[in-house]
Amino acid sequence: MNAPAYNFAYLDEQTKRMIRRAILKAIAIPGYQVPFASREMPMPYGWGTGGVQVTAAILGPADVLKVIDQGSDDTTNAISIRKFFAKTAGVATTTATEEATVIQTRHRIPEAALSENQVLVYQVPIPEPLRFLEPRETETRRMHALAEYGLMHVKLYEDIARFGHIATAYAYPVKVNARYVMDPSPTPKFDNPKMDNCPALQLFGAGREKRIYAIPPYTQVVSLDFEDHPFEPYRFNAPCALCGAENSYLDEIVTDDKGSRMFVCSDTDYCECRQAAGHHGSLSAAPYKDKAQGGANG
Amino acid sequence: MYVAVKGGERAIENAHRLLAHKRRGDHGVPEVTLDQISEQLGLAVDRVMSEGSLYDRGLAALAIKQARGDLIEAIFLVRAFRATLPRFGASEPVETGAMRVQRRVSSTFKDIPGGQILGPTFDYTHRLLDPSLAQGFAPEAPATADASTAPTPRVTDILGRDGLIESSPRSEDGASVGDLTREPLNFPADRDLRLQNLARGDEGFLLAMGYSTQRGYGRNHPFAGEIRFGEVEVEFFAEDAGFAVPLGAIELTECQMVNQFKGSATEAPCFTRGYGLAFGQSERKTMSMALVDRALRARELGEEVRAPAQDEEFVMSHSDNVQATGFVEHLKLPHYVDFQSELGLLRKLRREFADAQAPEAMKEAAE
Repeated sequence: MNAPAYNFAYLDEQTKRMIRRAILKAIAIPGYQVPFASREMPMPYGWGTGGVQVTAAILGPADVLKVIDQGSDDTTNAISIRKFFAKTAGVATTTATEEATVIQTRHRIPEAALSENQVLVYQVPIPEPLRFLEPRETETRRMHALAEYGLMHVKLYEDIARFGHIATAYAYPVKVNARYVMDPSPTPKFDNPKMDNCPALQLFGAGREKRIYAIPPYTQVVSLDFEDHPFEPYRFNAPCALCGAENSYLDEIVTDDKGSRMFVCSDTDYCECRQAAGHHGSLSAAPYKDKAQGGANG
Repeated sequence: MYVAVKGGERAIENAHRLLAHKRRGDHGVPEVTLDQISEQLGLAVDRVMSEGSLYDRGLAALAIKQARGDLIEAIFLVRAFRATLPRFGASEPVETGAMRVQRRVSSTFKDIPGGQILGPTFDYTHRLLDPSLAQGFAPEAPATADASTAPTPRVTDILGRDGLIESSPRSEDGASVGDLTREPLNFPADRDLRLQNLARGDEGFLLAMGYSTQRGYGRNHPFAGEIRFGEVEVEFFAEDAGFAVPLGAIELTECQMVNQFKGSATEAPCFTRGYGLAFGQSERKTMSMALVDRALRARELGEEVRAPAQDEEFVMSHSDNVQATGFVEHLKLPHYVDFQSELGLLRKLRREFADAQAPEAMKEAAE
């Protein structure tokens, strides 16, 4: 029972090669879900094993890694994954979006525009956009092969008939390169426009479901909609309470049990950079920290 | 408060320290050893080896200790370790007919060549809590007899000689066995992959699925042709040597179910098979597996697929407890970004609903 010695970035080279081949195929067929022999990782399925395998397969010693969950570098699972790669690959890590060459994310796309030398790796729970319309893999694969997406449009139409709107707030389906309907992973639909014509390579890994898919740089990504019901990104209509940003996605923080709320950027790096640059919001003055402590005591 | 999410790194470290502390429990109580787990909680070790797909009692015992007795967590630990091990090939098929049986029962014949051997079993015990086990307990020495040299042929082989049961399909020469831990699974899946999936599958899930077939959801009229538990030799064909070399012996439980017969205008009717195999002594698991294996053969045997246990996508996609527990438990990860988006939509819909109601209320008031 010797302590095992692990390879650079944990996975053995054969496994990485297998994953890289799947990635290359995914890039060649934008939006198509490539099956791959997902490994059992030392973190649970559903906690980013697909993203972790993709990151492990593309990471080189010179890379700088950023890991976010809900837009934040400080959420527990993001910390756990960042530490995993710091330990097994010894790569530099960062919280600054622009310094990173590889960004692994769960549920958000950073606010700052990405560049050509960056790769965005998404953690995907259910890669199949048609899964909740048709549970069978054999059926959904056939529907993709025939580009038979009527069922999805019917679903969106039924939403409009019932609610007056397309009632999908996150994991909003997109069409990639005018061919495959794709699940953008459970990002809020606010982030969908960022996927379109993005200079960075976008890779999607679903470990439990054993699928990898990709959006190559500068690829057309269109959110599904109707002419008379165009796609609308949702954003709470308020500036960030810390940095005053008017165009970032906001988290709602419940501050007491009397209905008080504050709204702050979900992208912590974006918010901190703006504050460092002198921007501030209604609650970013000095009393903010005191209040925080008061809240912790209360 | 917002700043509370900072310092997550230290919180994680502290949580893990606390876990280690809780795992040890009261220091006044002696620490449990791996040997104790392996020897005295042997069936737990068997289950972890089976569903962890790794035959190593020591590692399974370590996993059980590390997981504080949470067997699914222990299975996960073993699986994650297993994933890092190199593969150098597949063994020769094990000859369970040559098993050194410790237990062997058949419900289809009163007596069989080699005899019915009860061996160590909970069957026929009265489930009364035994206070004598609460403290030091020295069991009586087991009854012994000279080892029998009589062969113990498999009951299904006896039936097979008369053609009463379908023959097991022969493997194609040179065809490699599928491995769903190395290749992504595609549907429809062949029986080798189905059996691998079931062998790794959660005992509780298979028990429930097997049970459902007995209650009429995909009924297949099973008889426990034979259940045997004992030791078999594992051999590996070494290319260099040009012959199969023994790797060692492992304990296995095998269950062969004899199921409802089929036949047609061109084929004489015969019983059909359902198969279960697991490491160690795992009768509940292998019996359940054999029921589900038979149910999943519905397509192959031209039966209508109607019940969940007959549906291979349903069974194979949900049998793995490491996958299932990961995805169920991931719900405790933060989802507040999506929740916020959903909240925004719901507020908008409610506002529109209220606006639509308001004029009507006014109209009613005016009438």
